[in-house]
Formats: sequence, structure tokens, C-alpha cells
Amino acid sequence: MNNSVDSDTDIVSIQNLSFSRGDRKIFNDISLTIPRGKITAIMGPSGTGKTTLLKLIGGQLYPDQGSVIVDKKNVHQLKRSDLYTLRKRMGMLFQSGALLTDLNVFDNVALPLKEHTTLSDSMIRSLVLLKLHAVGLRGARDLMPNELSGGMARRVALARAIALDPTMIMYDEPFTGQDPISLGTLVKLIKELNNALGLTSIIVSHDVEETSSIADYIYILSEGKIVGQGTPEQIKTLDSEWVQQFMKGDADGPVHFHYPAENYHKDLFEI
Amino acid sequence: MQNTRTQDTLVGLFVACGIAALFFMAMQISNLSAFSNNKTYLISAHFENSGGLKIKSPVSVAGVRIGRVSNISIDKDSYESIVEMQINTQYSLPDDTSASIYTAGLLGEQYISLEPGGSEDFIQANGVLDLTQSAIVLEQVIGQFLFDKAAE
Amino acid sequence: MTQFFEHLGNKTLSSFAKLGRSSFFLIQILTATVSVIPRPRLLINQLFSVGVLSFLIITISGLFVGMVLGLQGFYILSDFGAEETLGVMVAASLVRELGPVVAALLFAGRAGSALTAEIGLMKATEQLSGMEMMAIDPIKRIIAPRFLAGFMSMPLLAALFSSIGVLGGHMVGVGMLGVDDGSYWSQMQAGLDFYDDIVNGVIKSIVFGFAVSWISLFEGYDAIPTSEGVSRATTRTVVNSAFTILGLDFILTALMFGDI
Repeated sequence: MNNSVDSDTDIVSIQNLSFSRGDRKIFNDISLTIPRGKITAIMGPSGTGKTTLLKLIGGQLYPDQGSVIVDKKNVHQLKRSDLYTLRKRMGMLFQSGALLTDLNVFDNVALPLKEHTTLSDSMIRSLVLLKLHAVGLRGARDLMPNELSGGMARRVALARAIALDPTMIMYDEPFTGQDPISLGTLVKLIKELNNALGLTSIIVSHDVEETSSIADYIYILSEGKIVGQGTPEQIKTLDSEWVQQFMKGDADGPVHFHYPAENYHKDLFEI
Repeated sequence: MQNTRTQDTLVGLFVACGIAALFFMAMQISNLSAFSNNKTYLISAHFENSGGLKIKSPVSVAGVRIGRVSNISIDKDSYESIVEMQINTQYSLPDDTSASIYTAGLLGEQYISLEPGGSEDFIQANGVLDLTQSAIVLEQVIGQFLFDKAAE
Repeated sequence: MTQFFEHLGNKTLSSFAKLGRSSFFLIQILTATVSVIPRPRLLINQLFSVGVLSFLIITISGLFVGMVLGLQGFYILSDFGAEETLGVMVAASLVRELGPVVAALLFAGRAGSALTAEIGLMKATEQLSGMEMMAIDPIKRIIAPRFLAGFMSMPLLAALFSSIGVLGGHMVGVGMLGVDDGSYWSQMQAGLDFYDDIVNGVIKSIVFGFAVSWISLFEGYDAIPTSEGVSRATTRTVVNSAFTILGLDFILTALMFGDI
């Protein structure tokens, strides 16, 4: 892992980031880099603040210490208008899709185009249909978000995220709660889009199998620190009990099965 | 998504109804129609007691309102009440018009009633009416009544 | 014992913090309203859901209130032999007080709570977050049009309420109880002044519209993004709007009518 900031190969560089929410330290002096054009996964148990990390990268939250550099710009020092310009080059896929419920599929995907470009209606129509076709939902263009299944909603959200042809996409728990077919579709889409459009993808997930199958590099976070990192093969052989328990999904290990309680015998017979 | 044509029509109707209601209120409910032209001229009158007369009390001739009281003050030398009135320019008054303070109805508000005299000259702006009759103060009337009764 | 004071102090501080946040929010909305002008479609959509859909409840309530005023007023005034002044009584009560206040309270209950729920749900389903990440300012696109719509609808709704109320009073007083039609209208016209009564009533409803829209939008924006949080926020909208409307009404009435 190279600690030096190489902005030609790294699109995102996080240096010595610390962030607390109330008394809880969510990130404790972490540093990581996201290389361009590759799929990087950030994994860890639920509640470690993986979504928070994406929000810090996108500038929605401000760190207590440290810096987040995206495409050579320090995110949190930008003026509001510059931040908005930067965000146009970042796509984000939320866990629930976050489609606007009062617009149909077509209008949802068209929204960023209508807001940020001065393209004609026919051009926008072509672009929207292109994006929808890429995710396989061109025929669903007139449906309303509440008529879509979870998997379909995420695919529409993906089409919307790539509408402005961003350089980077962040996926927030894309695989959670999906049936095997939707799962397979999403995995395929993420990989294909990344390669076909030359994107950088950051996947935040705790789905070990799916993520490992497409990620080029993995960071594992726990308790505010990076506890493991490497390519999927490197991680599998990493000399850390905790990482091994996490990756294999063992019930007991460094993270105990039993919630701390007093002696079983004592408790049962109330001696 | 709502059919935008229907939506637009309904919003237009709503706004039209709202504005119509405002007009209705202005025209039918208030006295706006009666007071469209605002040109007035000032005249004043001195009263011994202007009673319950207030600013904006009506000033009328033969029961028709032609103006309003605009200011009530006290004369520093004679200690009389000086009542200023704004009269609608359409109405001209002879300069020997008398002004009296009457009460509308039994418990109603007080107003100034002007009775035109016979003079051929009309009163000018900032003119003063000389002939006045003060407001009737209820206690004085009762006191007078009792006094007269006692005297009998 | 000290816990009580600690709790009280906490509450006061958080109320102040909330007031500060809401004021900042208001400034953001006001600066954003300029950007609504080139996008009339957004405003029209909101005028529809806020104004047109409140039309029914306002007109029906106005009708009933006017009718009750006519009925009650008649019996009270007939004790003084003053039935002919029914028109003034009904119109003055409506235009000065009941129109702006009751219409505002109904508006807060129907449109205000709907706005809060809508914004709160958008927050809970990450739609607001999503828009921010797409570099679309949710204040400009979602909040400002709704604020303008509420602010513009309120005086219209109050005027509708008062007008229908006066007609309702007429229906009962003249139609059923025998008050003279001519006296109803003429006493009214003589008794109500355009500037003092109508304009003041409209000013009141504009102020109420401003307040209710601000409160409903802020409670939604500030809500805790869970289903419980959103439902609490809707309740707070209605309660806080009611307090604010009645409090402002007292202040405005004292300012406007106090000197007469």
C-alpha cells in the first residue's frame, strides 16, 4: 500500500481522517487511497460508519481532523458552488435508491440532465434511454418509483447516477437485501460499467462474497481504524484473526458469540 | 403525475376565486365604493364640549356623509375644543353653516351634522365655522332635569 | 431535584438552538425564492397541492362558521332590538378575526401537516441527501416553491373563508330569520372600513401564511428521519402553528385595532 499521494493514479486520497458523532469516535486517524479506474471496496461490520465515509467524501459531512482530497481538490475547503461542480462528477447510489417519489422513472433519470445541462429535450430523451438501456430498464420508463421492486429501483438509481457521465461512483450497500438474481445483475452491472465507462467505483458493503468477486482492492474498517487491506487474495491469507472471522463469517472468534453475561450455571440456577 | 393541463386550470381557478373573494370583500362588505375619490378640503369648528367625537367620526349634511373628522385638539387660549374636518371637494358649504354634534341612535357613535345657512359665499379651505352646538353630555342633562324638578 | 433544573435548562438551550436553526433555514429559503421565478412549473405544482386541495375544507368551514354567526348573532342582537345590524356583526367578526385565524388554523392542520410529512419522509428516504449529491440544492427545488405556495395561498383562502361566511350569514339571517336584506348589506358597508378592516385582515393572513409555511417546512426538514420522528414532527407543526397563529393574532390585533 503506498502512503504517498499519487494523484495521477489515485482519485481520492484520505489523510489522517478523524470524525466523531457525539462521544463516539467513528474514524480515528485513518488514511486510505482510492486508485483511478478500479473497483475499491470498503467493508466492515454494520455501524462502523461506512456510509459516513461516503458522506465525508461527498462533502455532506465535515471531518474533525484530516483531509479528503478528491481529484486533486480538498473537498472541505471548496466554496459551495465549487463543491456542487465537483459533485456533478461524482455519482452516488444510495441504499434505498433515493428516487424522487413524485417523478416517474424517466423523469428521475432525466433530472440531473435537466438541472445541470442546457441540452434539448430530444437529446435528453436519447441520453435517458441510453442510460436506462445500459441497466436494462428502458421499458420501465413510465413506471413510478412505488411500482418498482427494490432491485429495479436500485438499477434506476444507477442509471441516474451515471446520467452526467461522472468519473467516480460510490455505492452504499448495493447488495443488501437483494434476491440472487438482482444480486447477480447488480454485480455484473457494476463491473461492466466500471470497465466500459472507465469509472472509479467505491463499494461500501458488508457482503463479503459478492464484493470480493469484483473488487480490485479491499479495505476493512472496524472501530474507526483500518484493520486490514489488500487485494481479495491477499485478504484471504491475512494474518489477523478478526479479519479471518469477518471474511469467513464464523459465529465465534475475536467478536464473541455470547454477549457479556455472568456465569451460565449461576444464572440458570440462581445461586 | 397529475395531468398538467388539469392542474394548471385548477390552480388558475383557485387563484381567480381567491382574488374574486378579495374584490367581493372590498366592494360589497366595506365602504370602499363610497370613498373612491380622495380629494378633500379642511375646515374647522370650535365646540365647548366635543363629547364622544373621535377622529374618523362622520360629518354629514341632511344625513348624507360628506366627510370625516380628521383631528381634535384644544385651543390654548379659550380652552375650547377645535375639531378639524376633511370635507369631500364635491360638496360646497355656505360660510354661515352651523355644526352640531349629535348621537346616532340611542347608544350609537357621535357625529357632526352640518346645517347650511343662507349665505351666498362658500366657505374656503382652512375656513372656520362660527355657529356650533356642543355635544349633549348625559350627566348635565340629568342634572339639569333634577334641578328643574327640584325648583318646581 | 437538580435533575429537574438540569432538564429544564437542557430544554431551553435546545429550544434556542432550534430557533437559531430555523432562522438560518428561513434565510436560506428567502434567498432561494429568487430561483423559483424562472421555474413556474414547480410553483404551480405546489399551489395545486397546497391551495387547491385546501379549497374544499376552507369553503365548507367558512360556510358553516358564517351560518353559525348568523344564527347566534341574531339571537344575541334581538335582545337589544338590533337585529338589523347582523350584517355588520357577521362581516366584522369574519373579516377581522375569524377569517384569517380560522383559515390559518385549518390550513396548518391540512396543508401544513401534509408539508411536514412530505419533507420528513423525503429526509427519511434519503431523497434530500440524494439531491444534494446530485448537486441539486433541495432548498431551491423542494422547499422554496412550497414556502411561496403557502405564503401566497393563505390570503386567498382567508378571503374565501370570510366571503363565503358572509354569504352563509346572509343565508341564515336574511333567508331564514327575516333580517332585512337591504339592512344586512348597507349596515355592513357603513360599518366596515376598507383600510381598517379588509386590509388589516389581509395583512394578518399574509403574516399567518408566512409563519405556518415556515413552521411546517422547518419541522419536516428538521425531523428525525424515522417514521416515529416524522409523525412527531407533524404533530409539532400543528401545535406550534396554532400557538404562533393565536399569539400573532393577539399582537397584530393590538397593533391594528388597539388605538381606535
